[in-house]
Amino acid sequence: MSSEKARLATMWFYGCSGCHMSFLDLDERLVDLAKVATLVHSPIVDIKHFPPDVALTLIEGAVANVEQVETLREVRKRTKLLVSLGDCAVTGNVTALRNAWEHGDRAVLERAYADPSNLNAQIPNLVPKLLDYARPLHEIVKIDHYIPGCPPNADQIYYVVGELLAGRQPVMEGRSKYG
Amino acid sequence: MLHVTLQQGGASINPNNVRLRINGSEVAVPEGTTILKAAALNGVEIPTLCEIEGLTPYGGCRLCIVEVSGTSKLFPACTTPAAQGMEVTTQSPKLYEYRKMVLQTLLAERTHICAVCVANEHCELQANANNHGVDHVMYERNWSCESIDSSHEFLVIDRNRCILCTRCIRVCDQIEGAHTLDLKFRSKSTNVIMDQDQNWGQAMSCTSCRKCAKVCPVGAIYIENENIEFTKDRDIAAFLSKRRRRSR
Ligand code: SF4
Ligand code: SF4
Ligand code: SF4
Ligand code: FES
Repeated sequence: MSSEKARLATMWFYGCSGCHMSFLDLDERLVDLAKVATLVHSPIVDIKHFPPDVALTLIEGAVANVEQVETLREVRKRTKLLVSLGDCAVTGNVTALRNAWEHGDRAVLERAYADPSNLNAQIPNLVPKLLDYARPLHEIVKIDHYIPGCPPNADQIYYVVGELLAGRQPVMEGRSKYG
Repeated sequence: MLHVTLQQGGASINPNNVRLRINGSEVAVPEGTTILKAAALNGVEIPTLCEIEGLTPYGGCRLCIVEVSGTSKLFPACTTPAAQGMEVTTQSPKLYEYRKMVLQTLLAERTHICAVCVANEHCELQANANNHGVDHVMYERNWSCESIDSSHEFLVIDRNRCILCTRCIRVCDQIEGAHTLDLKFRSKSTNVIMDQDQNWGQAMSCTSCRKCAKVCPVGAIYIENENIEFTKDRDIAAFLSKRRRRSR
């Protein structure tokens, strides 16, 4: 039975997890969703590698470092439908605030790690290199659907996921909402 | 009085009227009426951004574009006068796509981050984008770093959210009569300035009347510590100009 269920995945890049909170806000509708889909990868399940043959993947967050670019390209190959979930994924949003500064990549690292008020202030060299600009997902790979919102509400997510799993095209006029 | 009755009741028999079709229905309006007004008078709504009742039309944003039969050119309804025999279409898949493009170019032009904007949920650009199903911006965004001026006692301008609609400039000039505001430079470098490009706090001609904040369609001009919902007043220019005509 479970093998007939659609393989669903969620991911996050540079976001605040708010979009995932909204996803969890589906509440009892998660039970309905579980009847038709099985969650094969997500920050809320403990599976390290992104699996193959995924039907639908929702991604929260903007792409902001080199590692995420690679991961996103890999996810694109392994999933049939890719959805940008929330404003950070759709526009860059708060993650992209740094884009307006020259050398914003450097500025955020300095602010986070090298602030003089920190003890032993230094920028770690283990973190993947930041891109000069934080990017919305569709600037890196082809995206099939967008759910704007900061965060999008549970009704919007349920509607889009439901339509896509049923093989229909969601209509966003009057339903999408930036901010 | 008789003239008024004729205009309203039997509009089509007034010799100064032009007859045209809007979305197939025949309408008659006084000569010189814009397509936008003609449509509104006949219950047809056309989306707008730079246009605001009570101020001269500007024709800058192009959201109000309409089709006119016999030409493939699109016309801004807010500045194009209705003409005899014109056949106007205000809604079509083509117009819809173009309006979506207009909205996306506006969103791409400067740094619009609704989630951290004072006008979130009270913004005409955001509302139009939502209503037109603009669920992403297909153009690469130009992350602007324009100046923010908070030197005035309570008025603030964040030029990163300005869509250059000139509503503030027109209301300041045409209603308040101060002409504190104007535009400098052209194209990508265009910006709203105060007096001779001074800080707002030093702009002597500003009467601090707040009208600019009331008509700004987005979150560019706002009043510090005031909920933008209470600041905004789309009807202020029309209200004041009507009152002044009456008192003359
Ligand atoms: S001005 Fe409007 S579109 Fe721009 S960030 Fe603010 S709410 Fe969003
Ligand atoms: S407050 Fe009034 S006078 Fe001052 S810039 Fe705005 S519209 Fe002009
Ligand atoms: S500040 Fe507001 S009203 Fe003035 S031009 Fe910019 S968007 Fe228009
Ligand atoms: S409303 Fe007509 S061009 Fe802006």
